[in-house]
Amino acid sequence: MKLNLGGVTEAGRSKQNRTGNWRYFLPVVDQKRCNGCGTCELFCPDSAIEINNKLCLINTFYCKGCGICARECPRSAITMQVERGVAV
Amino acid sequence: MNPEAIKSKEIMQGSAAIAETIKAIAPGVIAVYPITPQTHILEHLARLVADGQLKSKYITVESEFSAASVIFGAASAGVRSYTASASQGLLLMTEVIFNMAGTRLPAVITAVNRSLSPPINIQVDHQDTMTLRDSGIIQIYVESIQEAVDTHIQIFKIAEDREVLLPAMVCMDGWILSHAYEPVTLWRDEAVQEFLPPFDPVFQVDPKNPLTYGALTDDDKITEFKYMVHDALIRSKEKIKKVAGEFRDAFGNYYGDVIEKTYTEDAELILIAMGSMAGTIKAALEKLRAQGKRVGLIKIRSFRPFPDQELRTALAGAKAAVVLDRSFSCSSGGILGGEIKACLYGQGGPQVINYALGIGGREIYPETVLEIVNQSERLVESGKIPPETIFYNLNRELL
Amino acid sequence: MQTDLKKNYLAPGHNACPGCGVAIGVRLILRAAGEKVVVVSPTGCLETFTSPYGASAWEVPWVHPLFENAPAVASGIEAALKYKGDYETHVIVIGGDGATFDIGFGALSGMVERGHDILYICYDNEAYMNTGIQRSGATPYGATTNTTPRGKFSRGETRPKKDLLEIMRAHNLRYVASATIAYPQDLARKVKKGLAIDGPAYIHLITPCNLGWGINPEETVELSRLIVKTGLFPLVEYEDGELTSVHKLKNALPVEEYLKKQKRFAHLFEEENAQMIAEIQKMADQNIKKYNLAG
Ligand SMILES: Cc1ncc(C[n+]2csc(CCOP(=O)(O)OP(=O)(O)O)c2C)c(N)n1
Ligand SMILES: [Mg+2]
Repeated sequence: MKLNLGGVTEAGRSKQNRTGNWRYFLPVVDQKRCNGCGTCELFCPDSAIEINNKLCLINTFYCKGCGICARECPRSAITMQVERGVAV
Repeated sequence: MNPEAIKSKEIMQGSAAIAETIKAIAPGVIAVYPITPQTHILEHLARLVADGQLKSKYITVESEFSAASVIFGAASAGVRSYTASASQGLLLMTEVIFNMAGTRLPAVITAVNRSLSPPINIQVDHQDTMTLRDSGIIQIYVESIQEAVDTHIQIFKIAEDREVLLPAMVCMDGWILSHAYEPVTLWRDEAVQEFLPPFDPVFQVDPKNPLTYGALTDDDKITEFKYMVHDALIRSKEKIKKVAGEFRDAFGNYYGDVIEKTYTEDAELILIAMGSMAGTIKAALEKLRAQGKRVGLIKIRSFRPFPDQELRTALAGAKAAVVLDRSFSCSSGGILGGEIKACLYGQGGPQVINYALGIGGREIYPETVLEIVNQSERLVESGKIPPETIFYNLNRELL
Repeated sequence: MQTDLKKNYLAPGHNACPGCGVAIGVRLILRAAGEKVVVVSPTGCLETFTSPYGASAWEVPWVHPLFENAPAVASGIEAALKYKGDYETHVIVIGGDGATFDIGFGALSGMVERGHDILYICYDNEAYMNTGIQRSGATPYGATTNTTPRGKFSRGETRPKKDLLEIMRAHNLRYVASATIAYPQDLARKVKKGLAIDGPAYIHLITPCNLGWGINPEETVELSRLIVKTGLFPLVEYEDGELTSVHKLKNALPVEEYLKKQKRFAHLFEEENAQMIAEIQKMADQNIKKYNLAG
């Protein structure tokens, strides 16, 4: 791919990056507790949560496992579970 | 001169002539910050804006750093943009000028050459603009007010060309050109507009097509990005030549393309200089020729892009090139001299004698030139040309 | 809580640290601002984590010029848009505290003094984070950074944070406000207001940094709530010079509640430094009084 003049680059191409593989902890949503309020979506720094029909969906391709969603959920419907290795 | 294109012919100050020319060029955004000896340009522009003769957004910034940044921003949004500065102001712009070149934004700067501090001094030399030589900006040095006027019209066309897209600078000697009064021909706005197509950028900042400017790059691409600037600057040489020719056709004036040669055909000794000093040398050449001396002059118009091949060809028959530098790089010597030596090295050209002179406004008279030619002839004869730069008339008693 | 606008103008896949406060802030800002914007950002963490060539996270036009000139570049863009007759597109600068308080301060002052129609948002993580946590003019009293370390003769930052909100107010802006990422609706409302007014507006946004503050990634939002609840960072709004809104605190928390969670303040809890906590409490109390937060 030829380089663009002046280093100008296209919008939104970060979507190709699988930042999910940075993750140690995976947010797991208890759908029975979740009422789809969207607090987690609002606070997710990685745009890795989608609320669809009041259902909270975690996009594991992008989720870095920071745990803000679990901490901020007003109904404690999200728990962080160890996914791989141990965070140090 | 093309009489149809003429708006006026009058004796006027260099700064006023430049401002009137900028009015004809009609940039969308002009950023200004005062510094001697550039101030008259921006004051004149202010009056044109105040009277409604110029529709540009005229932005009185808080520093030259911001002046350069404003025109960076305006150019990124696809609008023709302009500023003028000198000396300390140009150095304050340095980081932005590199950024403009790397981002391929063709804003234009009038550089009114002035010495750098310390000691503070408001007179002419070329240290300010020469210090910006590695940035990727186009630099054309002019000899007269008329050449300054005409070069401004040319340089927007060169810089904004889609094959170039680089910032550009017209370098005109402070006072000698900015404050002197000379007979000047100004061109009709319509003639200028006809010569200069609207700025039509490849990319621009626009919500309809969101692009990212100023991306981060690793070593896998950075050499290539920088090479692209280097290459575009080299290629701009052909554009400078073409536009000089087009200008001659449209307006009738011509000052050479990247270099201008005077009496070089049969010259044994060729002086090389930039800016208003070239006019002084031309006056001296008439005397020298009358004495039967085979001396010529190469005036470098385009220092960036550097006219390497053109210099090699023009100097091929000479015994010696005498490079007159109005700036120097501490411990290395004259900047132009050094570059010319590098460009001739191993190519079998003439020997190079390098003088540094005219620093901080120290006057260069035709007699100065005659004396330098005399000295140089003796040096060639003796076979003892010094490899280092000669500081002309350095007053050792003060050291 | 409602999420009225769903679109992400900051695409996923960017390189921010897990739990980055800046990323949260920018997502919220961009949502509130909508599509007709141009964003300019100085060099800093935001720039670094969003803009690798070929992998930009920006879905709106975005310009990164240099560290210290974003307000001037934004001025040029705004002037150029107006010159072209575009009075709809909003120009926003989103810049770090280092860029805003320190190196780009002259350019910011010039931009607002000249009256450009630009919304300037300082995302404040209280140090130069991109270069590895060095102090800035926004680093609060007592905080350690890599240039204000705890040492035999040093207890961290010796000076209080520069009061940029007041400095911006002194520029006679039509809109000046403070916000943190813990209050998204409040932030969204302020962004919209800042954009709606004609002329320059300034929003000061607290965006905690996990690495720089020494907190866990999941605590970013919580810390940006505690800084408000202790009175250390009041949420206020000035319109045409008048204080028009204040986020009230029924019972302000003691500053220790905020300080103790952060490694950068850990040394303050050594016995000999108790006086420093008292100093910080005094700052909070002054804020509470100044804005009548408890009333
Ligand atoms: C002229 C200049 N000086 C220094 C730097 C190095 N530098 C890059 S980012 C940065 C700190 C940025 O701090 P801040 O504005 O607070 O943003 P943050 O990284 O904290 O998000 C520094 C010092 C630079 N890029 N340019
Ligand atoms: Mg910072």
